[in-house]
Amino acid sequence: METLGHLAHGFSVAFSPINLIWCLVGTTLGTAIGVLPGLGPALTIALLLPITYQVAPEASFILFAGIYYGAMYGGSTTSILLNTPGESATIVTALEGNRMARSGRGGAALATSAIGSFVAGTLGTIGVAFLAPIVVKFALAFGPAEYFSLMVLAFITVSAVLGSSSVRGLTSLFAGFVVGMIGVDLQTGQPRFTFGMSELLDGVDVIVVAVGLFAVGETLYMASRRYAGKDDIVPLKGSLYMTAAEWSRSWRPWLRGSLIGFPIGAMPAGGAEIPTFLSYAIEKKLSRHKDEFGTVGAIEGVAGPEAANNASAAGVLVPMLTLGLPTSATAAIMLSAFQSYGINPGPLLLTTQADLVWGLIASLFIANVILVVLNLPLIGLWVRLLKIPAPQLYAGILVFATVGTYGISQSPIDLVILYLLGAAGFLMRRFDFPTAPVIIGMILGPLAETQFRRAMTISNGDWTVFYKHPLSLTLLTLAFIGLVGPHIWAYIEHRRMRGPEHVPGDA
Amino acid sequence: MSTSDQPAPPRLAVPELLIGVGLLACAGAVAWQTLAIPVSPLYSKVGPTVFPYITMTGMVILSLLLIIAALRGGWQPEDEKATPTDWKAMGIVALGLIANLVLIQPLGFTAASVIMFVLICHGFGSRRPVRDVLLGLILALAAYFGFARALGVNIGAGFIENQLNAIVDSLVTMLRG
Repeated sequence: METLGHLAHGFSVAFSPINLIWCLVGTTLGTAIGVLPGLGPALTIALLLPITYQVAPEASFILFAGIYYGAMYGGSTTSILLNTPGESATIVTALEGNRMARSGRGGAALATSAIGSFVAGTLGTIGVAFLAPIVVKFALAFGPAEYFSLMVLAFITVSAVLGSSSVRGLTSLFAGFVVGMIGVDLQTGQPRFTFGMSELLDGVDVIVVAVGLFAVGETLYMASRRYAGKDDIVPLKGSLYMTAAEWSRSWRPWLRGSLIGFPIGAMPAGGAEIPTFLSYAIEKKLSRHKDEFGTVGAIEGVAGPEAANNASAAGVLVPMLTLGLPTSATAAIMLSAFQSYGINPGPLLLTTQADLVWGLIASLFIANVILVVLNLPLIGLWVRLLKIPAPQLYAGILVFATVGTYGISQSPIDLVILYLLGAAGFLMRRFDFPTAPVIIGMILGPLAETQFRRAMTISNGDWTVFYKHPLSLTLLTLAFIGLVGPHIWAYIEHRRMRGPEHVPGDA
Repeated sequence: MSTSDQPAPPRLAVPELLIGVGLLACAGAVAWQTLAIPVSPLYSKVGPTVFPYITMTGMVILSLLLIIAALRGGWQPEDEKATPTDWKAMGIVALGLIANLVLIQPLGFTAASVIMFVLICHGFGSRRPVRDVLLGLILALAAYFGFARALGVNIGAGFIENQLNAIVDSLVTMLRG
């Protein structure tokens, strides 16, 4: 029960007035950017990274975590009322939630998603508090070879297993590697990939990459799709108070969703897509109101996936804090915030930075309480945000994007790189390449390289170190199965379904 | 993908092919830059070029797989193919970005941002330039003061910023008495 003592200490950190204000600012901002289409937590945290030069680490991580959780709550509002899911994790919420809103039960949909998020977020945060010390004990046995293999596994799962195509996912990941290698090699002092430009010696800032891919690329894409004025907001009807029947139909999906979401999020694979789809499928199967699915909207189909989404968001923090392994774009940018403080997340973080870690976990509990209050009684406020017209919204996003980028070094070169990355982001969006692996590859790639070189130095240049250590071999085998397994499976399925004559060229 | 028993001959997808070839060119650039990394014999075991070479190999394989997919008809989702690209809107938005890049040093952040804001709004179909100028000005100043004064990020100041900074500074000294 060591954890409870740590948590008590964490609450004493999180309950300081200044940290409570940071938590409030973060959750409010997070809800706002979650509600607004085109803005996500990864972009927002990237733009706010300069704050790490100004305030204590506790304060900025409480702010970032508030934004991270808040965006999950806000995102569901948009998918229910607007049916344009801001991110992949809320696609499923839109399926039933928007139908409920159209049949006049928008209030209940918003309520079950907010309360479900609270239940799952709280359970997930308890999970982080109790699982993290266990993972740390396990991780202390890791040497550089094991770390490298673990990172390989994470690379494969985030880019090849999740998402629609492993080739396109890996392409994004490798693009991220290239961007991450730009600059001076820290071990030998040699400049790499700088094309002879002194501006590139310090490397490309993660702010520029996140802003280019998420803000500039997204704006260009929306402009090319004649986005302007197409959405219709479903007016909020129905009481926000759920009836007894709605409560009794919601609580089991909340718990099931949390149980599905947290473990999947906590695995070094991350991603909220799989747990939300899984939860949706299970609720559809178990529901006694199957006729409501896909017609008037079933409350179970909102409650379950919404809980799974938030629980997996909490789960992602476990590998991030204990292994320094980010499995989502947002977690990768938070990792670069740690680096900006000179802190290396890893097994020692929980002891060397106890104030920070336990203060952060405690603040997540507080954030959940604040978020329920922000998202239920104050829902009218956020609905009003949805009415911001697209032209001014996207133009405004780019104004902030430019400040964030130009402010790094006041060099127009940064803007040129930003626009090049924006063009790349547009092409990626248009041709269905995932963007998160770029950020993960860029942040985690150099760390993997460091572990690789460390392992090779210890083993005196002997490559076999990666498969002679049993743990390392297991991780690499899992990565290999993750890469090849789905293809073999699809091939077998395909042969069984259609006979052997035609294999579709799906990269 | 074919729907009947007789598979339709796959059509070459030009945009996807260009992406595959573009990635191959990127792999070439990576190779060129990797060869340019000076390697000290001290680090010959796992030097600074090992990862670049692994990355380059990966990129070559992936670009070949993308090119094969393009030859087999590409991978674009049907609804993406069906929607025509609005080149005019995109062009105006891109013009706004370039205007910002060119003007941010001579005019300062605020003025360049307002011009970009108005152009992007126009690209997205807004036809009320005066309102957009005012909105852009408010947002740019909010962004400027939010970042420059609160976050301590140094953003290039032009005429507007200098005037406002002088006013704010004098207000602050006045309030402090």
